[in-house]
Amino acid sequence: MNKGNNPSVETRRPDRAALIIAVVLAAIAAVIFWDVSRLTGLAGYSQVGPMTVPYAIACCLIALAVWTAIEAWRGDFPEREHQQAGPVVWIVAGLAAQMLLLNTLGFSIATGILFALTARGFGKRRLWLTVPVGIAFSFAVWAVFAKLLQLSLPAGPLERLFF
Amino acid sequence: MGTFDFLLQGLLVAAQPMNLLYALIGVTLGTAVGVLPGIGPALTVALLLPVTYQLDPAGSLIMFAGIYYGGMYGGSTTSILLNTPGESASIVTALEGNKMARAGRGGPALATAAIGSFVAGLIATLGLAFIAPYIVKLALVFGPREYFALMVLAFVTVSSAFGDSTLRGLTSLFVGLTLACIGIDQLTGQARLSFGVPDLLDGIEVTTLAVAMFAIGETLFIAAQGDRGPDKVEAVKGSVWMNAADWGRSWKPWLRGTFIGFPIGAMPAGGAEIGTFLSYAAEKRLTKHPEEFGNGAIEGVAGPEAANNASAAGTLVPLLTLGLPTTATAAIMLAGFQQYGLQPGPLLFATNPQLVWGLIASLLIANFMLLVLNLPLIGLWVKLLTIPKPWLYAGILLFATLGTIGANPSVFELGMLLAFGLLGYVMRIFGYPIAPVVVGLILGPLAEQQLRRALSISQGDVTVLFTSPIAAVLLVIAALALIVPLILRARGRGEMLAQLAASED
Repeated sequence: MNKGNNPSVETRRPDRAALIIAVVLAAIAAVIFWDVSRLTGLAGYSQVGPMTVPYAIACCLIALAVWTAIEAWRGDFPEREHQQAGPVVWIVAGLAAQMLLLNTLGFSIATGILFALTARGFGKRRLWLTVPVGIAFSFAVWAVFAKLLQLSLPAGPLERLFF
Repeated sequence: MGTFDFLLQGLLVAAQPMNLLYALIGVTLGTAVGVLPGIGPALTVALLLPVTYQLDPAGSLIMFAGIYYGGMYGGSTTSILLNTPGESASIVTALEGNKMARAGRGGPALATAAIGSFVAGLIATLGLAFIAPYIVKLALVFGPREYFALMVLAFVTVSSAFGDSTLRGLTSLFVGLTLACIGIDQLTGQARLSFGVPDLLDGIEVTTLAVAMFAIGETLFIAAQGDRGPDKVEAVKGSVWMNAADWGRSWKPWLRGTFIGFPIGAMPAGGAEIGTFLSYAAEKRLTKHPEEFGNGAIEGVAGPEAANNASAAGTLVPLLTLGLPTTATAAIMLAGFQQYGLQPGPLLFATNPQLVWGLIASLLIANFMLLVLNLPLIGLWVKLLTIPKPWLYAGILLFATLGTIGANPSVFELGMLLAFGLLGYVMRIFGYPIAPVVVGLILGPLAEQQLRRALSISQGDVTVLFTSPIAAVLLVIAALALIVPLILRARGRGEMLAQLAASED
């Protein structure tokens, strides 16, 4: 893929992150090839079976991976804004906490923690205040959706206390 | 029966008290959520989908129609009062509208946007009602290969015809198509790409993907920009009513915007944005007050806003008559239909006319409700704009996860929500468009089905795809829509296309 590195763009350097994207696209294609190779013998009399379309998609992904690699090598990707890792970690932690606590502690407490950690990601640092606020708000939402709109939202100790 | 009779019947369905109530709830919720900054119509519809889970199909779709139109109205309020560039279909409205608000003419700007949306919504919905039966007739002669060609065209226009890079548009589309392969194959029942995980056998939920990509991806992206200080909300000073000069300068742009926006939305040619840009350019050329453009010209709000709503109604033409979603919003609406086992398309008009015409009629009713609801309540909507970011985004994530939990309260589903949220975040960093992923996921299986049917009929002969005149023409248009922008970009003319990019839906 050195061919893309022609003299007119030598001021731009290869974009490593974009090269990783190219590798990931190729890896996805490889996974599809591997998975499709298991589905054999069901092509029917028209040679068109469940593997035809995934196979075509994987071929296109390979082509896109090569194209991405060329653009990455030339540095053709647009400049990226600086990303702060801290807030992202807080919010992802909130989502992970909700996912893991949902079925044991119930909707209100788990979602209250998500609420507080998201607010933390946006700069509200006082967790001792935001967690209770989040739980109270989530509980109100739970009451409306689970009781009024009959949506099945998992109940925990807090919900069982009231209903 | 003619269109009029069907429409009257539809009005009878939509005018039942319960359905009126659903429409009212829909428009109120839609406006309230659509007003929130950072939430476009696609996310509004995806977030509010769970509210409709417990209703019957007719009631649910009527509420949905209200949410859709309400979300469009709410978005224009945001862009006039809060200059948030990059926020979906009303970027152009922000150009002139925000200038008007700063000059203390926010009231008339909101009024012309609201009334323009009403006029456009009315004409375009009637247009939908009158065109739909003809397209349905046309669609009945379509075979699998014509449908396949139509879907290829939709894929190309959604992913790569507009936006700043063919490569990234296509990559997004193929990520969506790959996700679409996951689960049980519809024709042979074999499990594909599910790796023995039972949760994956059903495939990936469109709403999970859309909510994750739009809500969680966007939240992470905004959070990662750090604190940029609060956005400035322009206060609405003075009267919200327009004076005679405003009316005189607005009515032609409303009509022109409608006639520009509706056909563009009705063709499988991507989002509402293109119409708004064309309408803005037309108004700029035709105005008698060229000096005002760039400083708050009312024509620059009236035209694009009408075009925006007209093409939103226009996208319902391919959605209802062909089952073909051409925007992310339409893709989520299609998911809303599918949750009741309804597949929009020519057959739905034949098998369930009450539902389809009730939906079209309730769009008309929702439009009236919005006009009545919006202008007097503008103070309330402005208050929603001032919610501080931490609470706003915490609330968005609460409701985003609520929808997923309500549909399927499993750890696995929430894990997918988180994973796709991170994917959406990374795609935003690198400038990949989001809409093609959603459209690819929902349209991929349909396209595959039609392709395999076509090839089964021809016993594997690929040339059959090109031998039908309709399919051949559609595929040629698709090829042109792919190649011409590539050449334009290579020649350095890509900026114009980047401006026409469909950012959210």
